[in-house]
Amino acid sequence: MSATTQNLTQARTQPFLKLSWLHLKYQFLETVRIPIAVLGNVLFPSLSMFFFVVPQTAVAGNPLFATTAVASLALFAVCSASLFTYGLGVAEDRQLPFYPFLRSLPAGPGPQMVARVLNGGIFSLFGVLPLIIIGWLFTEATVTPGQLLGGIGTILAASVPFVLLGMAIGYALSAKAALPVVQIILFPLAFAGGLFLPPQMFPGWLDAISMATPTRAGRDLLVQATTGAEAYALALPVLAGWTLLFIVLAIVAYRNDEGRRFR
Amino acid sequence: MSAVTVSAVEVSGVTRRFGDVVALDDVTLEVGHGELVGMLGPNGAGKSTLLSLVSGQRRPDAGVVRLAGRDPRDARARTVLGLTPQETGLPATLRVREVVDFVGGHYPDPVPTDELLEQFGLADLGKRQTGSLSGGQKRRLAVAMSLVGRPSVVLLDEPTTGLDVSGRAALWDAIREYHAKGGTVLLTSHYLEEVQALAERVVVIDHGKVLADDSLETVLSRVGARRVQLTDATGTRQEHLVPDSDAFVRDLVASGVEFRDLEIRGASLEEAFGQLVNHESTEGAVR
Repeated sequence: MSATTQNLTQARTQPFLKLSWLHLKYQFLETVRIPIAVLGNVLFPSLSMFFFVVPQTAVAGNPLFATTAVASLALFAVCSASLFTYGLGVAEDRQLPFYPFLRSLPAGPGPQMVARVLNGGIFSLFGVLPLIIIGWLFTEATVTPGQLLGGIGTILAASVPFVLLGMAIGYALSAKAALPVVQIILFPLAFAGGLFLPPQMFPGWLDAISMATPTRAGRDLLVQATTGAEAYALALPVLAGWTLLFIVLAIVAYRNDEGRRFR
Repeated sequence: MSAVTVSAVEVSGVTRRFGDVVALDDVTLEVGHGELVGMLGPNGAGKSTLLSLVSGQRRPDAGVVRLAGRDPRDARARTVLGLTPQETGLPATLRVREVVDFVGGHYPDPVPTDELLEQFGLADLGKRQTGSLSGGQKRRLAVAMSLVGRPSVVLLDEPTTGLDVSGRAALWDAIREYHAKGGTVLLTSHYLEEVQALAERVVVIDHGKVLADDSLETVLSRVGARRVQLTDATGTRQEHLVPDSDAFVRDLVASGVEFRDLEIRGASLEEAFGQLVNHESTEGAVR
């Protein structure tokens, strides 16, 4: 072996895309082999749909309201799946003895994060699909094929900041701390973002706060994509701004993480 | 960059604390290419912390760590590195083949999965989930994972813990074979016997400090003492720990005393190790 002549120019990691694909495959297999985790993501939003939307004829019977409700719940499904899977999932992963091994493989944080984001997107779709079917069968919600595709694309894009936020929490906190933090963040964000109650019912001050949240921005963009109702002008910049912030937080948290905490 | 012999592993003046506990205290250690170094020390001595620094998992509070001349926290530096996960640390739901493919995919020229599984006697287990493997199979998989990327430096943390004698011998062969081809090995072990069997050089660590760092023979001879056993005229078995067994035997014979079943043994690494570590306070055993 030419160990001594191993010069420094040779040291290069595998291409970013190849590593991302490798990690995506690995993470997908790991997630999908524990079916209850997948089922939870699929069932929770569907049940909410049956409890909160389908019985309310005023909403379910109105195409615009029903589509908006499906969109809002779908976004909630995505937010909750992302924050829980990543906030809690990453925190739990870090406590596994395999995790330090993963970190010492010749790959930077990038591919692992890209894979997590994509994996989050895939499982979000698993959760959203039954919602679309329920909306279609049991309410007056209606979309054109173009709107449906636009909606799916938008929801995937809207899931990115939440996956990143989840990762930042997961890398920064222990699993025990991550759980309450995720809950504390998720429900106010979902409420303020109009995922439970339409923001049209909000007083002016709350509506102003609402428009600054990533949930509201994502919701309105999603509603725009599926119903054509214009989102507010700042929705896109707000969502992009949060995404940038969460990228930075996730990277900082990853870099500061040194495996298990020792006290 | 002038490729003047850069050490495989270079640790200089490294200190690492966890809160109030000093895990490594100004440690300096250099491992040249092609060396096989065994690291010994009681639990909590700082061995694992040292390995985690060399594999880029942690950064030192002070001092410099280099892997083939580069900072191991840079992913590119780790393309020459292979290491074992802890036995309990395999992703339980993944299949053996999937894990090997995954690890191998990080390296430019991985050993083909079939070949590697064959070499480690895992060929029939490729489709099994790692969670269903026996302890010995997991250990073999762990060592296979460290070698899949054809690394030039391998860190083996307790590679044969929990293995039976034949399993251990098989893994030792694999490690020797890797080393014979020019690979650098830094291994920790609880089994002194293992270090004695494999390593050319021994580093003894306790309380975060390097107590001894020398060739196997030198560390053994440092203990000095030889153990001389004999049965005297009355039939009592006697045991003497003497600094110079040759002189002792000469005197014994010259004195004309009757004896039989003379037995002289050098101190084992275990005794050398015990003596080195026990010179320090006994609190090390508690940690």
